Amino acid sequence: MKEKYRRICLVIIFIITSFSVFANLPPGFPTTAVILPDTLADKFPYYTDNEVCFTCHSSARYDYQNVETGKHLRRLMPNDKILSREIYYSSVHQNFSCTDCHSSEFEKFPHPAELIFEEHPTCIDCHGGDESYAQYHFEEIEIEYRQSVHYGHEGDGFSCWKCHDPHGYVPTVRRSDDFSEIVMFANDMCLACHTNFDRYQLLTDHQELDIIQTHEWLPNQALHFNKVRCIECHTRINDTILVAHQLLPKSEAVQRCVECHSQNSILMATLYKFKSREQRKTGFFNGIIINESYVIGANRNEYLNILSFVLLAGTFFAIAIHLLFRVILLNKSKHGK
Amino acid sequence: MENKLYLYPKWIRSWHVLNALLFIVLIATGLSMQYAGASGWLLPSGADSTAGFFLMSFGAAVKWHNIAAIILSANFLFFIIGNGITGNGKHYKPGEKGLIKNLYKQGRYYAYGMFKGEEHPFPVTEKSKFNPLQKVSYILAMYVGMPLLILSGIAMFFPEFIINKIFNISGLLINDLVHVTTGFILSLFMIIHIYTCTLGTKSSTLFKSMITGYHEGH
Repeated sequence: MKEKYRRICLVIIFIITSFSVFANLPPGFPTTAVILPDTLADKFPYYTDNEVCFTCHSSARYDYQNVETGKHLRRLMPNDKILSREIYYSSVHQNFSCTDCHSSEFEKFPHPAELIFEEHPTCIDCHGGDESYAQYHFEEIEIEYRQSVHYGHEGDGFSCWKCHDPHGYVPTVRRSDDFSEIVMFANDMCLACHTNFDRYQLLTDHQELDIIQTHEWLPNQALHFNKVRCIECHTRINDTILVAHQLLPKSEAVQRCVECHSQNSILMATLYKFKSREQRKTGFFNGIIINESYVIGANRNEYLNILSFVLLAGTFFAIAIHLLFRVILLNKSKHGK
Repeated sequence: MENKLYLYPKWIRSWHVLNALLFIVLIATGLSMQYAGASGWLLPSGADSTAGFFLMSFGAAVKWHNIAAIILSANFLFFIIGNGITGNGKHYKPGEKGLIKNLYKQGRYYAYGMFKGEEHPFPVTEKSKFNPLQKVSYILAMYVGMPLLILSGIAMFFPEFIINKIFNISGLLINDLVHVTTGFILSLFMIIHIYTCTLGTKSSTLFKSMITGYHEGH
């Protein structure tokens, strides 16, 4: 009986929420049915408004009615226009309305043709000069970005959004304690273009690069790719911002092993920058790294270091004493007999 | 009285000299990696500099460490197989009774007896070419230390196979500590081994034995 009652309630909620979405749609607007998770609608202020867009832009196809002929039609949605609700509502921009960044003209369907030339705001357009974001140093990020090889090569053709998806961006470095997640999230941004020729061609006329081959000099390549971010070697270290944004030309990338594999490892100023103040493993140089990895040369154990010097010195001392006795006795026997 | 015994056939001498040379390369390259970027008269003066007296750049160290380690592992296999085929392995069996007492006797001789002109407590014979101290230290070095060193080294060659966490401690860390510690202990063993080789009838006698194959003296 309870189950039956629950089902009736769900149907009523579905009808009401569906109606509230579709009630806003202009004539001819696509009406592909979607079930709204009501918990999300309660949680995010623009959830219902945004459904006007998500109704089509969350699936591979969309249905609409041709207002002139009255025909019902079905079309494929281009891949780069398909968004995921789950990802969007987990991202930093989850509380935004689509029309906060996009033209309100998109509320018309068919969308006006001139919208294809719509300029998208970049990070600094919203976050620049804003006190509430001062701690993230967006202005510094902008300066670094304009000095980076990406901006240098592509100028205005490149933008924040080429790497950071505005519909899914999560500040993983700040939010996550899982370094594997941080590394994977960061490297996925680079590999999205640097291993995908279609995307790569959007920005350059260069031939596709073979990442595996260009990194052939790097021992244990797979381990490096899994444990450190591309930007550890491919950006200039910046003390102010959490993640360096000045992508360097290939010729200036770090290729000297000791930059990481030493007591003064640059990893402490990059990947482990802020975490290093929070967690330490007593006794190890650059101990924070040991929570996640082990870097030869950077993670010597202080106590084992001392112990090894003591044992080595002790061994030589014992040998010296033994040798001394042998020499003394040899002299004695020479002079005595 | 001159007592000459042919104890070290060619295959053992070849294995031994190769093992010694490779170990020196492995110590130099291992230290170069462990202390990469540090400075000092023994060390390269800067990042990837080759200005050190004994050590080298990290990149070169990795390459030569790997090459020497592969040859060392093959040489170790050669030693184990050789011991099995020729019967040389019997010298590494500790099975005798009173081992602790014999170890004490040999230790006392090195620390005291030899200075008093006492006779060697365990003279070298064809059936027993190692004294109890040699036997125990060689067993530990060759049958415990070397396999540990080689296995942990192979694991570092293929780190993707190392268990990520062992009791919530990084598997890489444990593996590396085992490798570095074992390498260090075997290096100490080598230093002591070289010194004890000066304890023959003359300081050079035992070194000569490893070239000619003939053991002279006690």
